[in-house]
Amino acid sequence: MKLNERSLAFYATCDSPADNTGFLYKRGERHTAYHRRWFVLKGNMLFYFEERESREPVGVIVLEGCNVELCDSAENFAFAIRFGGAKCRTYVLVAESQAAMESWVKSLSRASFDYMRLVVRELEKQLEEMRWGLAGGCGGCQGPSGSWKLKSSVLEQAPERLPALPAVLPKENGCAVWNNTPGVHRPPDTSGSNEHDGEENPRPPPLPPRRRASGSEVGSTRAAGAESLSSFCQLHEQYGQEVARLRQDWLERWHSPQP
Amino acid sequence: MRYNERELLCLARQPAEKAAEILMRLPRKGSVLKKRLVKLVVNFLFYFRTDEAEPIGALLLEHCRITKEEENVFSISFVEEPERKYCFECASEEQCQEWIEALKRASYEFMRRTLIFYRNEIQKLTGKDPLEQFGISEEARFQLGPPQQ
Repeated sequence: MKLNERSLAFYATCDSPADNTGFLYKRGERHTAYHRRWFVLKGNMLFYFEERESREPVGVIVLEGCNVELCDSAENFAFAIRFGGAKCRTYVLVAESQAAMESWVKSLSRASFDYMRLVVRELEKQLEEMRWGLAGGCGGCQGPSGSWKLKSSVLEQAPERLPALPAVLPKENGCAVWNNTPGVHRPPDTSGSNEHDGEENPRPPPLPPRRRASGSEVGSTRAAGAESLSSFCQLHEQYGQEVARLRQDWLERWHSPQP
Repeated sequence: MRYNERELLCLARQPAEKAAEILMRLPRKGSVLKKRLVKLVVNFLFYFRTDEAEPIGALLLEHCRITKEEENVFSISFVEEPERKYCFECASEEQCQEWIEALKRASYEFMRRTLIFYRNEIQKLTGKDPLEQFGISEEARFQLGPPQQ
C-alpha cells in the first residue's frame, strides 16, 4: 500500500507543535535488541528518528485502535502499544525515567483521532445545551416564514483561529456567541438575496449594540438571559421587516428591468 | 519510511465517515482518471480498486489543501508540494461539495483547533474549564498556544 511519505515526513519535521517528544528504546520486530530512537508524537502519529537531528523519520506508528499498557518487562520503565487485530503487533518501548514513562503512557493513550473526536463532540453538546438554554424561551416568536440560519460562512470570514464549525448550530438564533468577532459588522447584502429559495443571506445582519461591546461576559449571563429573550424577539421582528423590504426591492427591480 | 502496515490495513476496513466510487487521478505525469473506491477513515483517505479488498494507497490528510477545481472536480494537495495534486472527479456538483466539506474537517489538526475553540467558548460562558471533568486540562495537545518544549 502506498502512503504519501513525503507529506508524512514533512508533517513529522515541520514546526507544528508536537504533543510529546523524547528518547525511547524501541525493540525491533524480529531482533530482540533495543535501539534508542528520538520519538515525536503529533496527533495520532508516532514518528521515530534515528537521531534527534535526523531530517527524516525512520518510521511511524499510526495510533488508531491501540491500547497503551504498562509492561511486565524485565526492563524498568517499559510500556507497550498493543493493537487488537489478529497478527497485529505489539510495540514495546522503554523510557529513561519513571516520569518520562508516565508522560508517554498518558499522551499515547489519548492520541487517537477517535478519542479527540469524542471529546470534541462532548464539548459541542455542552455548548449547544448552554446556548439553547439562553435563547430557548423564545419559541413562541412569530417572525416571517424565513429561518435565520447562521451560516458557517460567518466563521469562514472570521480570523483563522476560529475554525468553521460543523453544521449543528441552532438555526434560529440571531444572538449566536460565534458572532462576536470583528469584521462581521456589515450591512445586509441587497444584491438580490431573498428567502424564496430558502437560502440564507450571504452576510449576517449587523450585531445588536450590546453584543458588540463585549465578548461573552460570564457574570452577566444570567441577567442577559432574561433581557435577551425580549430583545431576541424584537431582533427577529426587525430582521423580518428587513427581509420583507429586501424582497420588495427585488421584486420591483425584477419587474422593471433596466434599459 | 517504515510504518505499521497491518494496522493501517485494519483501519482501512473500519466503517468509513464517507465512501464513494469516484474517478481519481494521481499527481504523476501522464496519469489518467481511474474509477476508485475512495474511503475516508479518521484522518486517512484510502483508495481501492473497485473490486479489491485491500487499498492501493492511503493519504494522510494533515497539512493539506482541498481545492475546488472545475465542475464536479476537487483536488487534494500538500503544503510542501502545492502543485502536486490528487484530482477527484465526482458524479455531481453536490457530491463534490460534500467531499470538500468532509475532507476539510478530516484532519487531526482541524479537530484540535475546534476543541480548543469550544473549550475557550465554554470557559468564557461558565468560567470553568470543561476539560477538568476529564482530567485532561494539562495535556499539551489541548493548550491554546504551542507547548513549552
